[in-house]
Amino acid sequence: MSNLTTLQKLRDGGELFMPGHRACIGCGEVLAMRQVCKALGKDIIVANATGCMEIISSPFPTTNWDVPWIHALFENTAAVASGLESGLDAMKRKGRGPAQDVTVVAMGGDGSTFDIGLQALSGALERGHNFIYVCFDNEGYMNTGIQRSSATPYGASTTTSPVGKNSIGQTTQKKDMPLIALAHHIPYLATCTPAHPTDLAKKIKKAKEIKGPAYIHVYSPCPTGWGTGSDVAIELCRLAVDTGVFPLGESVYGKHTLTKHVKKLKPLRDYLKLQRRFRHLSDDVIDQIQEQVHAQYEEVLTKCGLASS
Amino acid sequence: MAKRVGAEGSFAVAEAVRLADTDVVAAYPITPQTHIVERLSEMVADGDLNANFIYVESEHSAMSASLGSAAVGARTFTATAGQGLELMHEVLYLASSMRLPIVMAVSNRALSGPLNVWGDHSDVMATRECGWIQYFAENAQEAFDLNLCAFKIAEHKDVLFPVMVHMDGFHVSHVVEPYLLPDKEEIEGFLPPFNYPSPLDPNKPVSMGAFAPPAVYSECRKAQDVAINGTIGTIQEVWDEFAKLLGRQYSPIETYKTEDADTILVSIGSFNQMAAVAVDKMREAGKKVGLVRIRLWRPFPLEIFREAVKSAKNIVTFDRSMTYGGTAGPLCAEVKSAMYGTEAAPRITGFMGGLGGRDMSPKQFEAIFGRAQEIFDKKLDIQYETIGVRE
Repeated sequence: MSNLTTLQKLRDGGELFMPGHRACIGCGEVLAMRQVCKALGKDIIVANATGCMEIISSPFPTTNWDVPWIHALFENTAAVASGLESGLDAMKRKGRGPAQDVTVVAMGGDGSTFDIGLQALSGALERGHNFIYVCFDNEGYMNTGIQRSSATPYGASTTTSPVGKNSIGQTTQKKDMPLIALAHHIPYLATCTPAHPTDLAKKIKKAKEIKGPAYIHVYSPCPTGWGTGSDVAIELCRLAVDTGVFPLGESVYGKHTLTKHVKKLKPLRDYLKLQRRFRHLSDDVIDQIQEQVHAQYEEVLTKCGLASS
Repeated sequence: MAKRVGAEGSFAVAEAVRLADTDVVAAYPITPQTHIVERLSEMVADGDLNANFIYVESEHSAMSASLGSAAVGARTFTATAGQGLELMHEVLYLASSMRLPIVMAVSNRALSGPLNVWGDHSDVMATRECGWIQYFAENAQEAFDLNLCAFKIAEHKDVLFPVMVHMDGFHVSHVVEPYLLPDKEEIEGFLPPFNYPSPLDPNKPVSMGAFAPPAVYSECRKAQDVAINGTIGTIQEVWDEFAKLLGRQYSPIETYKTEDADTILVSIGSFNQMAAVAVDKMREAGKKVGLVRIRLWRPFPLEIFREAVKSAKNIVTFDRSMTYGGTAGPLCAEVKSAMYGTEAAPRITGFMGGLGGRDMSPKQFEAIFGRAQEIFDKKLDIQYETIGVRE
């Protein structure tokens, strides 16, 4: 199907995540979530972690969800999803439950995926449940007020890694969550952004088809947390991909491919300068970070059999 | 035809789960619950139990997976003990507030620290306010019967609350006893198929777990309290139906020689059986003592309890857990609260013992009765005492 046809189908396919939610203006995460829902269709059950997406969509007695949805706690989404999947499976075997095939989808932010929910995710991936786990990564605990997570990049200023006389902001490296997921021998993994909607839709559909655990990592710009204008989320996604900060790729039964091979990476400065969380960084530090980004991109190329040397 | 089987309480629990045609088991092993999950694993491996067993990576995930499973309408069971019950603590509140009928067997175990894998009630008492229906089995027969009944109670349209069935770690979970194991035909029709009113289903989407701002949270919580208090009648109905079917009757409060007792011991769990032996001894010696066994702990059967102790001028409670800086042990505090303001106004004294697997003998229960009498006669102002502790 051509990209244009995919886009048209997405646009005209109706909303499963309804309008009227309370996300910040220009939120990249809710845009991505809306796209994920459209790509999946209505035969899903969503397990949602505590976080921005849950809070903006479920103030009792209202909901934005036109699909079955359950929110439990912050760190147990993958475990709840495991229960959904096993419950449906057992019931189907005994002739009960929905007649159609239902896809179980876990959704969580970087906080509930990288940190507090890592154990539950690891367990669910290892057990091989047939479900999709989508991590919407906005690089911090945004819902609680922009605190650092292990997804916060080096040098970023957050409320718990603030720039100060003795501090450059975040001093640790971002955890490589896709690599951690792959270490569980899962059949499918993909990285996506909402600025690449047809790519995201294709990957979500593939995740749905493949039996077993699928891990989808979605780069999700946060204007409030990153200190950007409310109209640059799409630009940030494109820059993240084109500077090498967020490689767009896929892993199918252990075979890694790069969706967009950026032959000449754009200068990292172009990406950093749009975000107040990085504005304190000196030129030297930015050069250091760029070297690191390039080195990591080389590693990704090697894994995908595209190494430049 | 029921057959007489010699088995540990743990295996009796597994049989109940099997006969209930449970759909999903999500559990993490912890002493002294391990024999339950091992036996269930064997049953699944041999095709005797048609269930998905989720080998979760912690108890927090065990209860979380159980939420998901129950939410789609699958009959769900888990089991734990001690630290495991603590680790899933926050998730317990969700099972009850989201009205998800999960059944959980707990092999009651002492809480760390120090580490102690043996039986006491500190794990139970730490979960008093989590909103589950909670009741106790004192031996293998009760462990079987009450776990089977738990599914029917939890899933009943007038209940829809999760149920914990407690049994003393090691004393019940690991002691081999004879019990009557019914076959499938004998319990035919007792447990209807699980039909959750509004499960997660794409054909009729619902949202579960919305957040409640200050304007609505209080109403959600009060509604939950009203609802759980309203389940006592249904619990008794299910137990009555079970009695008609298999001849064994359970009640929220069970009394032993209390009719004219002026001193009544109130106690929970398998040590009641030691206490009953002590009551017999003392009755032989002409002492008017009796025993009240708390079977249903939550919701606390207030009126039934008051009726059961009405003859007593002196009530003594036995807690298998401690308080640290509180006014009384958990059971003692509950009983004092239940009796305060009543016309009878009995003296109430608390004893704590049997901690971390320490045995209690009938002689020690006789000593409790003796000390209770002394406290009563001398009008001593004692809040609580420990028994059997080396000073």
